[in-house]
Amino acid sequence: MSTETNDGTQTSTETGETTDTLSREELQARIEQLETRLATVENTTGDDQQKMSIIATKGTLDMAYPPLILASTAAAFGYEVTVFHTFWGLDILHEERSKKLKLSSVGNPNMPVPNVVGALPGMDRVTTKMMEKQIKDNDTATIEELIETSLEMGVEFQACQMTIDLMDYDEADFYDGVTTGVGAATAIQDMAESDIQLLI
Amino acid sequence: MMEDEIAESLDVKGQNCPMPVVKTKQAVDQLATDDVLEVLATDPGSMSDLAGWAETTDGVELLDQEEGDDVYKHYVRKTE
Repeated sequence: MSTETNDGTQTSTETGETTDTLSREELQARIEQLETRLATVENTTGDDQQKMSIIATKGTLDMAYPPLILASTAAAFGYEVTVFHTFWGLDILHEERSKKLKLSSVGNPNMPVPNVVGALPGMDRVTTKMMEKQIKDNDTATIEELIETSLEMGVEFQACQMTIDLMDYDEADFYDGVTTGVGAATAIQDMAESDIQLLI
Repeated sequence: MMEDEIAESLDVKGQNCPMPVVKTKQAVDQLATDDVLEVLATDPGSMSDLAGWAETTDGVELLDQEEGDDVYKHYVRKTE
């Protein structure tokens, strides 16, 4: 192996000695420079607090569970968690509507009823009752319990202002502790700062 | 068998995902450093979930897990 020396001539380094082009002082200065830059980067990113950002867009009974289960679990891991609820996802935060979330009896081939039967009037109510019973029998936490627990754990639930206006909801309709008056820019900012970002 | 002294016992029998982990975290927050929490669960998923949680979360150490006939026992020490 051979390397270039300062004066440009080739020199053998078979002994394992490297002929460095930088002096010790120059390297020292370079290290100090990099340490300063590292300190700046560390300051900009703040601490090592991990963050998760979830966008919840669905409001059926089955789709209300994943964001809440993941949010409360991540909070247990010590994550700072934000869940931004938009469109039908907003119903999860609506105190009254969250207790009446429905399951669609059509569109899911795994449902116990064929789609043609599922499309009959009143079938959504039947399948919803079936799932509610299963949730109860299995001691699975209710949506309300998961929201209350998540709030206790410090999860921030955000209600998309545009959807509140669109659905004509009132701020008082939501669970205590829900953040209102936020939009897409807030969600983007949260996602940009997060280690985990999910759209559900 | 656990030989460390148990400071608190948490009963999450009958509760399912995510509650065993979430309740454990809440209980650990109430403990003093070095205290050991015993968690009694019936959720088979708690074996993997609590191990994963303890490994990834700062300030806790999973001392032991026991699989009984109906109950899964977990022992967690608060380390900081």
